[in-house]
Amino acid sequence: MTLASLSLSARLWGLSQVMRLFARRHPAFARHMAGYDGVAQIRLQDGSQGRWFAFRAGRLETGRGLHASPDLSLVFRDLDTAVSFLDPRVDQALIVHAAKNFKAVVQGDEDGIAWFMQLLNLIRSVGWERGLAMPDGSRRFTQVTNGGPLFVYVKDGRILRVTPIEFDDAEDAPSWVMPARGQVFKPQRKANVAPHALAMKSTVYSDQRLLYPMKRVDFDPSQPPGQRNEAMRGVSGYERIGWDEALDIVAGEILRMKREHGPGAIATYHSSHHQWGNVGYYLSALMRFGNAIGVTRVALNPDSWEGWYWGAMHHLGNSFRLGSPTNYGTLQDCLEECELILFWSSDPESQFGTYGGQDGGQRRLWGKQLGMQSVHINPHYCPTAGMMGGKWMPIRPGTDNALAIAIMQVWIAEDLYDRDFVAQRTTGFDEWRAYVTGESDGQPKTPEWQEAETGIPARDVRALARLWAKKKTYLAPGVRGSGLGGACRGINGMQWARAMILLMAMRGWGRPGVNFGNLQGGTPVDLHFYFPGYAEGGISGELNQTAAAANNYTRMPHLVSVNPVTQTIPRQRLPEAILDGQTEGYPLDPSSIEGQFRRTLYPAPGYSRVKMLYRYGGSSFGTIGDSNRFVAMYQSPNLEFVVNQSIWNEGEAKFADVILPACTQFERDDIGEWGNAGGFGLHMQEQLNHRVIAMQHRCIEPLGESKSDYQIFWDLCKRLGLGTYFSEGMTELDWCRRVFDSTDLPKHVSWRRFLKKGYFVVPPAPAGLRPPRDMQWYLDGRQKDVPEPYPLPGAYSSKYGEGLQTQTGKIEFISSSLKRFDPDSPDRPPLNRYIPAWESPRTEHGVKYPLQMITPHQRFSFHTMSDGKDSAINDIRDHRVWKDGHFWWILRMSPADAAARGIAHHDLVEVFNDRGRVICAADLTATLAPGVVHSFESCATYEPLATPGASADIGGCMNLLTPKRPQSAKTSSTAAMNAQVQVRRWDGELPAKRRRPLNQPARTEVQA
Amino acid sequence: MTTPKWNLIIDIDRCNNCNNCVLAVKDEHVGNDFPGYAAPQPRHGHPWLEMKRAEHGQAPIVDIVNLPAMCNHCDDAPCVKAGRGAVKKRDDGIVLIDPQAARGRRDLVDACPYGAVWWNEELQLPQHWIFDAHLLDQGWKAPRCAQACPTEAIRAVKVSDAEMARLSADQGLEVLKPELGTRPRVHYRNLKRYTHWVLAGTVVTQRNGVEDCVEGAAVTLSHAGRVIAQTVTDAFGEFRLRDLETEARACGLTIRHPGHGTVELSVDLSGSQTLQPILAPIRFN
Repeated sequence: MTLASLSLSARLWGLSQVMRLFARRHPAFARHMAGYDGVAQIRLQDGSQGRWFAFRAGRLETGRGLHASPDLSLVFRDLDTAVSFLDPRVDQALIVHAAKNFKAVVQGDEDGIAWFMQLLNLIRSVGWERGLAMPDGSRRFTQVTNGGPLFVYVKDGRILRVTPIEFDDAEDAPSWVMPARGQVFKPQRKANVAPHALAMKSTVYSDQRLLYPMKRVDFDPSQPPGQRNEAMRGVSGYERIGWDEALDIVAGEILRMKREHGPGAIATYHSSHHQWGNVGYYLSALMRFGNAIGVTRVALNPDSWEGWYWGAMHHLGNSFRLGSPTNYGTLQDCLEECELILFWSSDPESQFGTYGGQDGGQRRLWGKQLGMQSVHINPHYCPTAGMMGGKWMPIRPGTDNALAIAIMQVWIAEDLYDRDFVAQRTTGFDEWRAYVTGESDGQPKTPEWQEAETGIPARDVRALARLWAKKKTYLAPGVRGSGLGGACRGINGMQWARAMILLMAMRGWGRPGVNFGNLQGGTPVDLHFYFPGYAEGGISGELNQTAAAANNYTRMPHLVSVNPVTQTIPRQRLPEAILDGQTEGYPLDPSSIEGQFRRTLYPAPGYSRVKMLYRYGGSSFGTIGDSNRFVAMYQSPNLEFVVNQSIWNEGEAKFADVILPACTQFERDDIGEWGNAGGFGLHMQEQLNHRVIAMQHRCIEPLGESKSDYQIFWDLCKRLGLGTYFSEGMTELDWCRRVFDSTDLPKHVSWRRFLKKGYFVVPPAPAGLRPPRDMQWYLDGRQKDVPEPYPLPGAYSSKYGEGLQTQTGKIEFISSSLKRFDPDSPDRPPLNRYIPAWESPRTEHGVKYPLQMITPHQRFSFHTMSDGKDSAINDIRDHRVWKDGHFWWILRMSPADAAARGIAHHDLVEVFNDRGRVICAADLTATLAPGVVHSFESCATYEPLATPGASADIGGCMNLLTPKRPQSAKTSSTAAMNAQVQVRRWDGELPAKRRRPLNQPARTEVQA
Repeated sequence: MTTPKWNLIIDIDRCNNCNNCVLAVKDEHVGNDFPGYAAPQPRHGHPWLEMKRAEHGQAPIVDIVNLPAMCNHCDDAPCVKAGRGAVKKRDDGIVLIDPQAARGRRDLVDACPYGAVWWNEELQLPQHWIFDAHLLDQGWKAPRCAQACPTEAIRAVKVSDAEMARLSADQGLEVLKPELGTRPRVHYRNLKRYTHWVLAGTVVTQRNGVEDCVEGAAVTLSHAGRVIAQTVTDAFGEFRLRDLETEARACGLTIRHPGHGTVELSVDLSGSQTLQPILAPIRFN
């Protein structure tokens, strides 16, 4: 007997002894061990060595050698592999390699295997303790949400409260300090969260929670397609079914699709966001599941970045940033140098840097304290304007480019621009100047010219152009002052974003105090401390559709997964794909500028059309333009089967055949970092004052019969023989440990301490190692020195690291990529001329529907999250209005427009056009100029008064009214932030059965 | 005088209307019973902490001001007087409506001149924001509304009354309805931005047939020969005269600029107002 074989034999015997010992010592281990009766065997493939373990009623018998009829087997090809699997010092790279190459194989029934692998994992994890005991008898857990990290206090199995995390000075890393202009600035010692984070307890205990699997009452899976009452989707009610029945139906349909229709017949359709985390996120568990079964992807468009991705990129490059600038090192520069912040469609106090919580507000108040002036170009005098004060220019939606060009005209006419920068760092200026001055088309683009378009007085434009030239100015487009959100989502979003780049090209971008930003970004957090963002794919193993390949896949060895189906459907065209059977689109592919030019066709050659939709959540009505289309799609017999996996019974969940109830992130384990998106959102944490990495504890047990997304996928996979492939035998907590091990955390904190305390504050970057000011390298003509690995080495047209990603390596006033792609494009020409919007008061839409509606990103919810659901935010005065037994969505309008229509404050009004009707409560406000109405997008609830798709909605889905048309033809972009509407007082009355009491004493909360 | 007592200081100018304070109170109290302190807050419709909004002026010059309002924990609290033992004033300044003793006492809702006591119909109980006394008694450093505030617009301080008086004088703090003599422990900074009127306008001129903004014009508002407010126009020719007493009166507005001369006009002040652009008399042709 060799040493190795002795070692294996001893280890297997030792394993049996450890199991017995742990069963005596740890009730949790004993409970798990009692969960299965049968014989498991671990052996070498050639049968030369092995040991069997017979489990019966929680007791273990074991013997050396081979068992005649084991129920489960763990089979190793050789001794080395077996020993490495059984080594207490786990080497995941070896284990994954062995599994991928069939050097370790499991045999037997899937539930048994899952049970046995978890038993083995429990040897490691059984003593792990989550959370800290508090003096009042509660336990304090942690979470990371889309709105920031939280302490979660739990008592008697119920969430008591959620609070922001306040740092512990004795244990947590110190904060950075930043001297500027004779003052020293230091951030608060806490993580400031967005309001939707503080509403999450109320959404956990919501009467809209789905607690049981359900089946549409008139859906019978034994009936053939066409006889399943497909047209009753969204109309018929549901009946409770058991998990086994639900999973059998779904697994059965998955297999039927493959056999009857072939690859591509199943589509997974998820929203842009999910509850936070690296394990349960859609880019993680769902991606892994989708790849495991083979799916047509419903492909996302960059819907918060549209104008940057399809537009600005063609002047700036930065494709991996979706065409937008970055903010590295700008906090120091802005505080020291900046005199004026120009917020252009920028409302960070409402959209909180997407996932940035509210750390930025304090810094903006520093700017105010230092005497920085503010200008706000925005149809809405938004909350940021309200807090910062300053000049408001209430621009007509969609006309921003005209204003931008007129500013440039003043600069040219009065010689107020940075000639050196233009000469050395840009191309195409002469042609651009000829357009601006009118030399090429006879129309000088003067402030007077733009006034007719924008409604902004010419004098204001001159004053702004001169002020901007005189003062060191930060230009702040979008939420983070560097793209994302704002006007880029509107009809002329591309023109606007393109103009932002051209404006900065005339200002010497990168000079002290001259940059993009609104104090939302550029903090000196340590960006080199490794922890993966959600876009790095978590456990997906998907190397193309996520950013896993960059770091995560090598730092955390796990099974690779590849989708065998390459067919995609652009999300904006999903209804057409289903209803018409064909569509086309252009992809979100940030790897190059040209990625977006590749036209995709549906159906893809040789693939089946989609017949089954696996919908994850249900936000389309509130988030996608002209969303009544989705009613027709769901009611079409072209969809033979629809399953919806959702936490709440809202939106499209009500259009499914089978509903699978998922639990919230408070009811499952995950791990994540605040604001860390990764991928094209790399280093988004530089909008935070502190990097906070936290366990997302399973704080309470799943409510009702709900299960985690991961567990649902695993259970389905077990039915398809894919259980071990999907899970690698890991619970979510096991995965959290693997993620933890893959990061820089173990250098600073032990797993056990981290799991207990729940969070870690990453020490700030040392003073000498803070990122330099963004674009200073470009200004100076040096090699790029900001810490982003973008663009790809092969995408430079100069030496690696020199210049930009554009063909010329410079900021291009006339885009060479657009010249190559479509030089004569009528709606995206290489020269960013002003093109009036295709839907505006001046077009045919405006005749019947004279009011311009804008629907920016929501403020108190995170998209549909925390809205509806009987949530606490429904009570916020500026979110919904309680009236006549209903919480109404809000439409903001000027007092003048209201008076002309006989509308009083909080009257119920019908907002309508040819696309649909939505009933809202009117909020009369001076923050809008006449002619423009404002409502947030992303209502969570779709509540048609009568026939779905053909009656008014009382939920508040403003996107029922917005266009589906892309901003320009050869893009898959949304333009849905703008629409022409009319508003009138609603003369209807809510039927009694649709009214509810404000508080429902019978069932205000769901008990576990 | 030297016993440290709790106070809240709210800076109106730092509030971005995020409503974290509103939500923190609801998170703490909806569905949670804290015997001796507070019975559960109804899930909806009872804003123990309420955001109020004031808008001054009309587009394109407006001021938006938000005011978080709640129980003032008055030192001379009408509810304590009316409570006949059901409402107590603690040594640390906090007022507590006893959730047992106050059962059925709807009159306590009417006793509060601030509308900060809410009637819980289901529990037949008057309720208010308790300054999170239950948490402070466990050693918390601040009530949840202050903890959740991202801009430090709401701060809690536990200081002697003498110290608070000093703070109040130094920072120009005010209370709501001081004329009632209730002596609130919730103090506001920049309160006039909410309570008072704003007169705003734009001064423009013509230069070679082109309209331009007039920067640096002195703007003076007078009533009955007395100057009420003055300011200077900015780069956009705009001015805002803030903190005007809410008293309807006929005023004179004088715009003076060294290059553009003087304009005088009369303004009937009857609320916050944004004037139409004012043309400075001297034009450059």
